[in-house]
Amino acid sequence: MTPDLIYGLTGVAVFGIGLVGALSAQDRLRRVLALKLCSVGAGFLLVVGAWREPPAAPDPVPHALVITGIVVMVSATAVALALIRRLQTLEATDER
Amino acid sequence: MTDPLVIFDLLLALAIVALAAASLSVRDLFSMIVLFIIFGLLSALAWVRLSAPDVALAEAAIGTGVTGALLLKTLHHLRFASGTLGQKAAYGVTPVAPVPMAVIMTNAVFCGLITLGLVVAFLGAPAAGPGFDPLVAEAMPQSGVEHPVTGVLLNFRSYDTLMEVVVLLAAVVAVWQIERGLSEAPAPAMGEVWQGFARLALPAIVVVGTYLLWVGAEAPGGAFQGGAVLAAVGLLLLLTRAYVPQPAHRGIARGAFVLGTAAFALVALLVASGGRVAFEYPLDHAKTLILLIEGMVTISIAVTLAALFHGREPVALAKGDRNDT
Amino acid sequence: MQDVVAAVLITTGTVFFIAGTVGLLRFPDIFCRLHALTKADGLGLALIALGVAFLAATPGAVFRIVLIWFFVAAASATCGHLVARYARRSGAGVRHD
Repeated sequence: MTPDLIYGLTGVAVFGIGLVGALSAQDRLRRVLALKLCSVGAGFLLVVGAWREPPAAPDPVPHALVITGIVVMVSATAVALALIRRLQTLEATDER
Repeated sequence: MTDPLVIFDLLLALAIVALAAASLSVRDLFSMIVLFIIFGLLSALAWVRLSAPDVALAEAAIGTGVTGALLLKTLHHLRFASGTLGQKAAYGVTPVAPVPMAVIMTNAVFCGLITLGLVVAFLGAPAAGPGFDPLVAEAMPQSGVEHPVTGVLLNFRSYDTLMEVVVLLAAVVAVWQIERGLSEAPAPAMGEVWQGFARLALPAIVVVGTYLLWVGAEAPGGAFQGGAVLAAVGLLLLLTRAYVPQPAHRGIARGAFVLGTAAFALVALLVASGGRVAFEYPLDHAKTLILLIEGMVTISIAVTLAALFHGREPVALAKGDRNDT
Repeated sequence: MQDVVAAVLITTGTVFFIAGTVGLLRFPDIFCRLHALTKADGLGLALIALGVAFLAATPGAVFRIVLIWFFVAAASATCGHLVARYARRSGAGVRHD
């Protein structure tokens, strides 16, 4: 049992949970959150791939990739949330 | 002998998976977001265990902090728009058309199969494949900084990072367009205690953010982590209403959005004009150039993330003109 | 010697955290739960921070631990206040029995 095995399986599980959520959640906000869970799961796998048995230093390239991924994901989330807010407002005005 | 920390790893992994499942299955959306924030912080802890402190910092600050704030802001706006603000039972505020049970089950089965395939692939992958670490270690003396992750982000893979800054810029442009003319939900009343805390925390956040930026050259930290922490300053100012975005400030904001991308691209062009490849910094000036780019990018990230949180472009709406459509 | 003191402090701090968590799980309404969490965790955090400070290598590290303790304590107090306020305004019930 090494950390890479434990957290690798965690990453896969989180990705799977996010995938189910993204497809079957009944609520837009929850779908966006599910996609974010998927991205965290993928991040786990990349970080695990970069891990080396200490005292060896981990591989910095996947780390940089995950940081890039986190920033891209927050941008995508912000746009998705703006779309949700817009849609909701449009629907609210339609009902009036 | 097993490492006693393995028990900690197992418990942490279990907690992370349970929180992921709970955040998707809890009914109340506010609870969902809070559970997600806890999930993100525990993931950051797991990444520290995997000796990735840079990623952990980025996840805690951007992936959890800023994303959580964005989600909460959106929930507040949705409750305002659907007229359920301040009510006790405001569960699913944006229900999409209900999905039939059979479809959900089929989806779940297929997702399970995909996950199973991923498990098999993960377990079957070679344990220690050849990585980039020998290459990076060999090239580090030429990078101008001492911290490998910063070296990779700002020197060896600069194109990636440039594009990342462009993505942030594109996001804020898109959000301003999408929300054009949308009326704003009233700011939540948070009371005196919160104002006092904000006054206490603001200077500390400025120091921490700047420190993270500066220390990135030789230790975990850097432009993205520092920028996200500084964005928290913007969030606090917006939430305490100490700063209310004015239409007249749009020019400054636009300038700040572009600053990072512009500085990055300008440095690349200048370096390229000296007969080198675009991001091949001259060794004597590498650290100066990297810190210059990082500083500009940090300002851009902080302002952009705060603007993404604020959402709507600060345009003057004529009185009574609720241009919602 | 320092290790022993640190271990004792951290263990005691953990006990307070466990007590707070038990309170969170067992108490009937949100205000009781907040009461358990903010008080017990505040003390637990202080003890753990003190314990870790004994293990710190440099005075700089001790200073940072003190700062972390101060801001986490302030933030948790503010959070507790905000959660209670939110609950009060949205009409969360207080259990009377």
